[in-house]
Amino acid sequence: MVGGGGMGGGLLENANPLIYERSGERPVTAGEEDEQVPDSIDAREIFDLIRSINDPEHPLTLEELNVVEQVRVQVSDPESTVAVAFTPTIPHCSMATLIGLSIKVKLLRSLPQRFKMDVHITPGTHASEHAGHSTRVCQT
Amino acid sequence: MAAAAALEAVAPTGALWGLVHDFVMGQQEGPADQVAADVKSGSYTVLQVVEALGSSLENPEPRTRARGIQLLSQVLLQCQSLLLEKEVVHLILFYENRLKDHHLVIPSVLQGLRALSLCVALPPGLAVSVLKAIFQEVHVQSLLQVDRHTVYSIITNFMQTREEGPFVEELFEVTSCYFPIDFTPPPNDPHGIQREDLILSLRAVLASTPRFAEFLLPLLIEKVDSEILSAKLDSLQTLNACCAVYGQKELKDFLPSLWASIRREVFQTASERVEADGLAALHSLTACLSRSVLRADAEDLLDSFLSNILQDCRHHLCEPDMKLVWPSAKLLQAAAGASARAGDRITSNVLPLLLEQFHKHGQSNQRRTILEMILGFLKLHQKWSYEDKDERPLNGFKDQLCSLVFMALTDPSTQLQLVGIRTFAVLGAQPDLLSSGDLELAVGHLYRLSFLEEDSQSCRVAALEASGALAALYPIAFSSHLVPKLAEELRRGELDLSRGDEPTKRSRHLRCLQALSAISTHPNIVKETLPLLLQHLCRMNKGTVVAETSEVLAVCQSLQQVAEKCQRDPESCWYFHQTAVPCLLALAVQASVPEKEHSVLRKVLLEDEVLAALVSVIGTATTHLSPDLAAQSVAHIVPLFLDGNISFLPENSFPCRFQPFQDGSSGQRRLVALLMAFVCSLPRNVEIPQLNQLMRELVELSCCPSCPFSSTAAAKCFAGLLNKLPAGQQVDEFLQLAVDKVEAGLSPGPCRSQAFTLLLWVTKALVLRYHPLSSCLTDRLTGLLSDPELGPAAADGFSLLMSDCTDVLTRAGHAEVRLMFRQRFFTDNVPALVQGFHAASQDVKPNYLKGLSHVLNRLPKPVLLPELPTLLSLLLEALSCSDCVVQLSTLSCLQPLLLEAPQVMSLHVDTLVTKFLNLSSSPSMAVRIAALRCMHALTRLPTPVLLPYKPQVIRALAKPLDDKKRLVRKEAVSARGEWFLLGSPGS
Repeated sequence: MVGGGGMGGGLLENANPLIYERSGERPVTAGEEDEQVPDSIDAREIFDLIRSINDPEHPLTLEELNVVEQVRVQVSDPESTVAVAFTPTIPHCSMATLIGLSIKVKLLRSLPQRFKMDVHITPGTHASEHAGHSTRVCQT
Repeated sequence: MAAAAALEAVAPTGALWGLVHDFVMGQQEGPADQVAADVKSGSYTVLQVVEALGSSLENPEPRTRARGIQLLSQVLLQCQSLLLEKEVVHLILFYENRLKDHHLVIPSVLQGLRALSLCVALPPGLAVSVLKAIFQEVHVQSLLQVDRHTVYSIITNFMQTREEGPFVEELFEVTSCYFPIDFTPPPNDPHGIQREDLILSLRAVLASTPRFAEFLLPLLIEKVDSEILSAKLDSLQTLNACCAVYGQKELKDFLPSLWASIRREVFQTASERVEADGLAALHSLTACLSRSVLRADAEDLLDSFLSNILQDCRHHLCEPDMKLVWPSAKLLQAAAGASARAGDRITSNVLPLLLEQFHKHGQSNQRRTILEMILGFLKLHQKWSYEDKDERPLNGFKDQLCSLVFMALTDPSTQLQLVGIRTFAVLGAQPDLLSSGDLELAVGHLYRLSFLEEDSQSCRVAALEASGALAALYPIAFSSHLVPKLAEELRRGELDLSRGDEPTKRSRHLRCLQALSAISTHPNIVKETLPLLLQHLCRMNKGTVVAETSEVLAVCQSLQQVAEKCQRDPESCWYFHQTAVPCLLALAVQASVPEKEHSVLRKVLLEDEVLAALVSVIGTATTHLSPDLAAQSVAHIVPLFLDGNISFLPENSFPCRFQPFQDGSSGQRRLVALLMAFVCSLPRNVEIPQLNQLMRELVELSCCPSCPFSSTAAAKCFAGLLNKLPAGQQVDEFLQLAVDKVEAGLSPGPCRSQAFTLLLWVTKALVLRYHPLSSCLTDRLTGLLSDPELGPAAADGFSLLMSDCTDVLTRAGHAEVRLMFRQRFFTDNVPALVQGFHAASQDVKPNYLKGLSHVLNRLPKPVLLPELPTLLSLLLEALSCSDCVVQLSTLSCLQPLLLEAPQVMSLHVDTLVTKFLNLSSSPSMAVRIAALRCMHALTRLPTPVLLPYKPQVIRALAKPLDDKKRLVRKEAVSARGEWFLLGSPGS
């Protein structure tokens, strides 16, 4: 979604970041293969939607940079709400707004209409913390 | 006389002047061939042609000069073999001189030189002179393509026999100007040249000689440093190819730059391919430096090269959280894997560091990263064999490595344990490294890990795998330290089971069975584990253990795994067969003969599921027997079933006779499945005693209406035997027998479905071996599609015909299975199916579609693709069929077609969008998933065709985003995401 610029030249804001392991494909359970059992939309499912988004600055995914984590996804299928907190790699990351927007667009396109979503910066991790706000998923 | 001869000479010369004039001034092409033919026939000489051309060669108009030289060149091309050495010298001097002429003339001059380069009479030295003149006078790179080709032909002709020495740089210039290849084949290119072909051909030239090195290496470094991905890849791959012919001398001056470029790419790249090619190039460079023979006083370039690598990478290894740790480890491993010397140098430098780091870092995930790196280095050592035990570089680290692995194995982190297990397996694979004490300790750990709970599944599986690999190497350690523990565990498990049902005990028992089969990788161990498993089964039979179906199945599964492991070794294979098969048959026979008290296991052993598991064990234990041993066994087993001869069974005192073919008891008849497992797995050249009687009994039983299980087993057994018989009268007789039985059975009556089953299996047996009569039987089967009663079964029968069986008619079981039988079946039968579909009445049409679906489904997609366009209208119609199987198969046919032939498919976009969207709300999950995958594949159609549908599709795909099944939502997300991107910039 956000193409891998950054390698071409110029200085990176954070050239040698900590990297984290990718969690791999979610294993398919017997319940998921059973026609009858409904699978609710859970945190892992939301996380899977956003974890492979590429960081604007690195050829790495948001998951590898630990910008998004499954524990920072709150979801309630019956109440139709999703909250995603993301953590920029460094407190002054100028890409925070872009990252927030990327996550939001991905969710808008991938979640049922009934969901109300909230994408925000993990409190206390960024110099400015207003890159996110709530939206109802709506049709384009 | 003399006057006459003079007249004759004049007449043709006059004709020559006319021809020359027509060609040069008259712009006619024909005279050139005429002149060449006349020269060949001796009417006049080349010298005369030159004389006749005289004025045109000196004409002030360059076009005329070009035309004159063109004529001469064309003549030479046809007559170069007639030239004398003296003539060649003169002509070459003339042509070299003409290279200075106007650019319009050059193409013709080059043609002439090409003709002369083919001359056998070319005096030595002239090739050099010609090339020198060309490179001096002509800028080859800016010639037209056809003329460049002429130059390359000249070079090639000279190169066949002559030296390129003085022209290395020029030759390099004219070839390397194409590097890197940037070529896209034009659409409808009749030559079918792909970019990859050109890349490989040019690479073959550039990497052909070390003499290009001083020019090529700077170019490669420049291109690796460029921004273009394809140039980077091509350069790294070319460097890799060069290392095969280069030596230290060629690489020496460029090593620092090459290393800097490769390091930068591996450290920074976003592309896995660049990383892989960079590592491969480093590997080849190191291998090349390792290969070179050194003079005593020369500098060892390998040593200094490796020092550079170590210096740049070593410190990153101490930061197990950081981004550069893995690239550094990969670089070091790529170099270390190139030669034993490089491996020693790097390992002896890096291992102490990593061992120290492991102890310095306390967190499990950091330790895991470090141990994974150690594992990578250890694996490299498996490649080299060391003559002298003391020279092995790992010996000095053995104790430290072992203690570190044992720390990992007891760590709470499963991930670290997992790496620990893998590391120990690699250490164990090094010959003579581990002491018996190390092994005893490790076996203890493996025992514990083999019983880990459900949440550490991956660790337990790894422990079992490692046990298997190590048991094959150290059978004594495993039989003395592990087998007794498992035997004790098995007995304890039996006691626990007999006391009652407790899930944790039960699962522990299952683990024990799995561990027993996992370590059965050495003949000596099998001799201990197989009796344990069989005794366990016998004790279950005696009623001392409360047995359920799942317990028996678990034992069968372990036996199956042991049987698979025994297949590798003929001795173990025979041991298993000889020990297990009579024992299992005895248990089954005993269960099938009526007795006063009915024990629980009796009933269990005759269940479909358990018999199927036994079939699998017996089949696996039979397929790898040598023909003479198999013949010994068949002499016992066939009489057991035909005559009730039970003398070879270990327990053979039964209250009544075993007569599965005569007796009315259904229990005995069910055991025909076990006979099938055995006889249908035998090698083809093993003769089966009483074959005639056996086949007749099988046909009879196959149409016996009482028990579908035994009649199907009999039909499969008959088919399995029929498939293997050599062509001839005997096969025809058996076949006639079956056909008669089928025809009789298919007439209205109680055993239509049995007769149909026999028909199906016999057809399969013949289709697999391309038997000429198979078409009669498939026609019969196709005919049954319109049968109101058997139609649906016949449709499903096509699935059986096209699929691989697991128990009979398998390649592993020595059946005759021709490689292309599916393709052949498709070609032979699809027209009939299509025709049948159009002719059939509405209520049976789905049967035809379903039969066709099964055929299409099983066909390899590359074979299917060219055929699909002809079936397209049928497939589109099939999308409206209500049968799920048809829908699924149709969607899975259309999906690759959308990807491969988007142009054809875009004609039907309206139908496709509507139908796919409809099917995306099908009640069947599999259909919804397939429909959404097709919606995704639709985005490959040309964008202008799709754009009108974009808003509608995006709206419609919002619904499956809220599907109750997660797997469906996943497909909906990816399909909808692609539709959003349609028509956006950069897509």
